[in-house]
Amino acid sequence: MIHKFKIKDLNIVLDVNSGGVHVVDDLTYDMVDMVEPPFADECPADVVAKLNKYDAGEIKECYDELKSLYEDKILYSEDDYEKYAKAIMAPVKSMCLNIAHDCNLRCKYCFAATGDFGKGRKLMPLETGKAAIDFLIKQSVGRQNLELDFFGGEPLMNFDVVKQLVAYGKEQAAANGKNIKFTITTNGMLLNDENIDFINKEMSNVVLSIDGRKEVNDRMRVKVDQTGCYDRIIENYKKLVEKRGDKEYYVRGTFTKYNLDFANDVLHLYEQGFEQVSVEPVITDPSVPYALSEEDLDTIYAEYERLADEIMAIKEKGGFINFFHFMIDLNQGPCVIKRLKGCGCGNEYVAVTPDGDIYPCHQFVGMDDYKMGNVHEGTFDLDLKKEFAGAHVYNKPECKKCWAKFYCSGGCNANNLSYAGDIHTSYKLSCDMEKKRLECAIMLKVIQMMDTAE
Amino acid sequence: MKHIQTINKANLKQSAAKGGCGKCQASCQVGQKCER
Repeated sequence: MIHKFKIKDLNIVLDVNSGGVHVVDDLTYDMVDMVEPPFADECPADVVAKLNKYDAGEIKECYDELKSLYEDKILYSEDDYEKYAKAIMAPVKSMCLNIAHDCNLRCKYCFAATGDFGKGRKLMPLETGKAAIDFLIKQSVGRQNLELDFFGGEPLMNFDVVKQLVAYGKEQAAANGKNIKFTITTNGMLLNDENIDFINKEMSNVVLSIDGRKEVNDRMRVKVDQTGCYDRIIENYKKLVEKRGDKEYYVRGTFTKYNLDFANDVLHLYEQGFEQVSVEPVITDPSVPYALSEEDLDTIYAEYERLADEIMAIKEKGGFINFFHFMIDLNQGPCVIKRLKGCGCGNEYVAVTPDGDIYPCHQFVGMDDYKMGNVHEGTFDLDLKKEFAGAHVYNKPECKKCWAKFYCSGGCNANNLSYAGDIHTSYKLSCDMEKKRLECAIMLKVIQMMDTAE
Repeated sequence: MKHIQTINKANLKQSAAKGGCGKCQASCQVGQKCER
């Protein structure tokens, strides 16, 4: 399978099954999907006829080059990976701890029903957090490196328990020969010198929620009194990042139909001093006024390309910005087995609520049909785990035939369920945006690698 | 080559043979370092 696309005066061909990326001339771009293995010695006459605007000698050269790359197994390569998808049940090694089902904001697009996941406002007791960590360590047979993410709601509303659970997690990890990497997401409202220092010391990554420009942020991210939060959080974030040094962080926003010029929000965050930025499309009920729809796609595509231009301009001036959805490694990256099984939700990754209930991931919390067990009761539904282990790209009909499958890895199971009706059915709107982001990411990397080669 | 410039060292085929150790981190929305 190949995927070809034109972007910024480049003709790019991706060989899906090898990961090979090629920049080609117009003749090759026209020919590449007219021919396929097995290759004859000469270019087929019907192909030559279709390409009659090109010189016959050039056509022969081009055909020979395509054939040579096929023989090198970096073009028209076979998809022989399905055999690796048969048995990918894996130990749980990653956990989202919903430390607070409560929030001090009332963000209008919140998938967590403004913090309580539709189940009532509640903070996780220390004993539930300890039981969840015990569950993680017990389940992670054969895994040394574990991940524990403090999430909500707003985790800092339960900060004392966060601190105690970090101490408990480190103690239990040491006793069991494990390492736990702690991460946290916050809306920034409760950040102060004490918890900033704690986060910067203990959290290997921190996600700071903000949508971008003040008027954009304050339209959607509002306090209980419906006023915006920008002025309060921006200074807190600057302080945290300034003190954080080289440790990982992201400022992370959501764009909606109200700011289809979201590149300006990325640039605003960059101008405020943040180099690690993610601004992601809202995924929500299509009937709400800020929902994205098919009719917005052309605008969104153009905006992603404009953002790519702006990022190149920043780098040409010697600046640095990392945009999460444009990150791609064309030389290494993860193995193909990781790529085909995706995020690991419900299999390697679970979420635990303040009551100790276990769900496949944070996006499934509150969906009763997907409750997998409870850390206090010692229950864990292995049949449901097996169902999620099987939710790889070869069990998703649209993904199986998609050129992007080894980069998107099957998308988000929760979004598939909520908006396409089944975890195995792709949510087309998300897919379309993901594919455009991938094309931009490949283009940026191609330009970078070509510049380096020169 | 005159018509085609290959940009990268593709490795998906090689990665399949010894991949799947499961050591890399979870990856909510991948294209990650191998931590074998």
